[in-house]
Amino acid sequence: MSEATQLSSAPGIAVDGLEPVMSVRDLRTHFEQRHATLKAVDGVSFDLYAGETVGLVGESGSGKSVTGYSLLGLIDAPGRIVGGSVHLAGQQLVGLDAAGLRAVRGRQLAMIFQDPMATLNPVLTIGAQMQLALQAHGRIPEAQARARCVEVLRQVGIPDPERRLQAWPHQFSGGMRQRVAIAIALLHKPQVIVADEPTTALDVSIQAQILTEIHRLVQDSGTALLWISHDLATVAAIARRVLVMYAGRIVEEGPTRAVLHAPRHPYTAGLLGSLPQSSTPGQPLAQIPGSPPPLDALPAGCSFADRCPHAQARCREEAPPRVSDSDRAWRCHFPLHLADAEPRASGASGASGTR
Amino acid sequence: MRLDRFWMEYRDNRIAVVALVVALLMMAAALAAPWISPQDPYDLASLRLMDARKPPGHVNAEGTTYLLGTDAQGRDVLSAILHGLRLSIQISLIAGAIAFSLGATLGATAAFAGGRFESVIMRIVDLQLSFPAILLALVISAALGQGRWQMIAALVAAQYAYFARTTHGAAAAERSKDYVEAALSTPLPAWRVVMRHILPNCLPPLIVVGTVQVANAISLEATLSFLGLGLPVTEPSLGMLIANGFQYLLSGRYWISIYPGIALILLIVSINLVGDQVRDQFNPRLRR
Amino acid sequence: MKSDSAPIHLEARAVSRRFESPPGLSERVAGWFGTAPLPSVVRAVDLADLQVRRGEVLGLVGESGCGKSTLGRMMAGVLPPSAGEILLGGQPVMAPGPRGRKTTSRVQMIFQDPFASLDPRMRIGEALAEGPLAHGLVNAAGSAAYVAQWLQRVGLPAEAAQRYPHQFSGGQRQRIAIARALAMQPDTLICDEPVASLDVSIQAQVLNLFLELKADLSLTMVFISHHLGVVRHLCDRVAVMYLGRIVEVAPADALYAHPRHPYTRALLDSVPRLDLHSESDVIALPVPIQGELPSPLAPPPGCHFHLRCPQAQAQCRQDAPAVELVSAQHRVSCHRWREI
Repeated sequence: MSEATQLSSAPGIAVDGLEPVMSVRDLRTHFEQRHATLKAVDGVSFDLYAGETVGLVGESGSGKSVTGYSLLGLIDAPGRIVGGSVHLAGQQLVGLDAAGLRAVRGRQLAMIFQDPMATLNPVLTIGAQMQLALQAHGRIPEAQARARCVEVLRQVGIPDPERRLQAWPHQFSGGMRQRVAIAIALLHKPQVIVADEPTTALDVSIQAQILTEIHRLVQDSGTALLWISHDLATVAAIARRVLVMYAGRIVEEGPTRAVLHAPRHPYTAGLLGSLPQSSTPGQPLAQIPGSPPPLDALPAGCSFADRCPHAQARCREEAPPRVSDSDRAWRCHFPLHLADAEPRASGASGASGTR
Repeated sequence: MRLDRFWMEYRDNRIAVVALVVALLMMAAALAAPWISPQDPYDLASLRLMDARKPPGHVNAEGTTYLLGTDAQGRDVLSAILHGLRLSIQISLIAGAIAFSLGATLGATAAFAGGRFESVIMRIVDLQLSFPAILLALVISAALGQGRWQMIAALVAAQYAYFARTTHGAAAAERSKDYVEAALSTPLPAWRVVMRHILPNCLPPLIVVGTVQVANAISLEATLSFLGLGLPVTEPSLGMLIANGFQYLLSGRYWISIYPGIALILLIVSINLVGDQVRDQFNPRLRR
Repeated sequence: MKSDSAPIHLEARAVSRRFESPPGLSERVAGWFGTAPLPSVVRAVDLADLQVRRGEVLGLVGESGCGKSTLGRMMAGVLPPSAGEILLGGQPVMAPGPRGRKTTSRVQMIFQDPFASLDPRMRIGEALAEGPLAHGLVNAAGSAAYVAQWLQRVGLPAEAAQRYPHQFSGGQRQRIAIARALAMQPDTLICDEPVASLDVSIQAQVLNLFLELKADLSLTMVFISHHLGVVRHLCDRVAVMYLGRIVEVAPADALYAHPRHPYTRALLDSVPRLDLHSESDVIALPVPIQGELPSPLAPPPGCHFHLRCPQAQAQCRQDAPAVELVSAQHRVSCHRWREI
């Protein structure tokens, strides 16, 4: 499709013009329900390059978590990937059978989930779980496996790893458990790690620790990291590139700094404007009026039109196509700040969103 | 509204719908027994000893057809079944309702009060649950003697514990939820919070238990009557009918026991199937 | 600021709260066989002193296990303190009898989880009217209009009274919870992480509602949150808690600009800050606080923070620091605040 060629011909944030490690094209995941189909992910395309961290930002219902799960083929009925492609190291993941997916998961593609309490099996020791994950992709001699486990535990900053292998999950704090989850993800040196809100359930101070750890690990190992979050601040701290999702589609993408300084899409601008950091203490925050459209009844035209202060007739009739320039892309008929990349004045221009 | 949605999902399971229809039909027939049964089996004057032990379909001298045959006293088995059903259902529903109210209030109060009160009450309930219901009902029935209300008392004593335990579990879960704390902090008095907030939210598991317990009560009552306890001979319920016909089973006059037995099975199984479907629908984890 | 001279409205005096779970039967039996039972006393709040002036919004920040929710519940009259007292306008906030109940009804609480704080089986209208009816604020005839008034005050249509909670979104449910609290006509609100479970754009709507209510109704509010940005936006003064103790209290501007306690400083540094005007392309990572959050079951002796504090010294390991004044409005509990 024309969109696909647009993406691959655009230089993107090329890490020295290399091929992307993962290419997602027009991914669609729908949930079949009694009377309607929920279009959770409706045509998502992006590339991931080795060693870079990309943030996937959106609010609840935007489809960001479903995107992450779709990449790993973890969508259960009534959900289904109905279209699109996910290329990882020359292999097409959509449509792959269960055995094929199992071979990829954990080895080339790993995931870190949100709730560290639920990720680890409470009746197995840490060592046992790591061994299971290791041996799942081929038998490794005992000593070698053990050494590898100790090595990754050390990498994620767990003190005294040899002894900790015998520990049980309940003996670890939340932050430690998340580190173990990261360690398990790193066992096979995957090319891509998908992290679904990994620090949301953790305390602020632990969040900072995990952020720094992951950042360091990703840089050292050259893994591509897709960081899914609703928290713009966390994403800004760790991701060089950001994808903003709304109602199942990516509405804006680009280098984090540029997108935050001068957002092209009114939703991004509205999101930034509604943060407490964007206005003076005590002053009302700029709001985005209304709420996202129901995913089983997406409007024709732009999904954001009803809430957009700049919406015009064309926006309600015609869904905006993906338009890109150099390293940024957006889906908007009337994008903001098109002429420049100046820093956005706080609260003034962009979505005013007055009540 | 929620009832609509509930019914729409219920309809998906054909077996459950059939079961519901069967159970409702039987209850309707039982309720209407005095009007629709061909003969009044309690009216000793209307019985004809000559017609005793006649097979199904037998037509007697006056031209009345005994559709399901007659028993040892000349009673029309069909009429006896209808009246027996009526008695069984009446007793079980009343006992079930009393056990429900008693058990639910006890369980909810125990969960809310906490502390020693809760421990003591729930230990008693647990103790009782470890006895087979039949044993308990037998003992109480034998102690109290025969009669309708004695039977109901025995059934209530045997069954309230299930309701108490279920309610206790659900109420304990609800007790720690924010809306209960919000109600208490208004401040609202404790009894009000229990009655208006906690108990209504314990209803889903209670309805499931209630449905199954009605079937259990029917079966318990039949067992007790079969053994000759509970109801006097003059008010034959299904259990007693089965007992009466027992001695004739092997001599070829099967209809005296079998037809009441089939009626009993039909009723219990259909109620259980309805209860299963209700339980599955209320279980959020099974929802697709 | 404006409320400097306002009278003290809500006060916590040397309040402590302990949670104990006495060893159960199995643990006692294990004790006969030689295993020592685990200590099971949690000092959720440890000698907290806090004053909230009339009309001000006090922020209460801290991480999990710091005791802010417990302190909030005690201030709302939901939980009794193990020691110390909580006074509202001079009256104890939790007292028996009709006068005690009246005092309790003057403080209302808003909870974190909008999905759990409304009774799923009650219509909104009934839920809102229940408290006022029980306390005689309105009679049965006038309750419908009363409920409608409060629903509209929080930006919801009057028809919402006929519906059930599950028919509303998270943000709307939180507004309903606010309306329910306001319907009791309180003079004080305790808000326990009211926007934590909401999306950013909905958060903005609810925060704006709080700002409006603060201006229109002159409410005194205690705003509990772990989100420093939100607290900064809404609160006049902020109190920081760590493992059950209040470590610093200051006006919001002063706290964010010149924090005195090492924990406050470290906390502010460890939060990823969205700097919308920086030109640099360098990723600025937050600075983590070293060490792990200790378990509330076994807090470190002396100053609770000393194991993670870059400025800890011998005295910090032994003595719990006393409360000292940095200025009239700024208090801190640290042995070394003058030097660092």
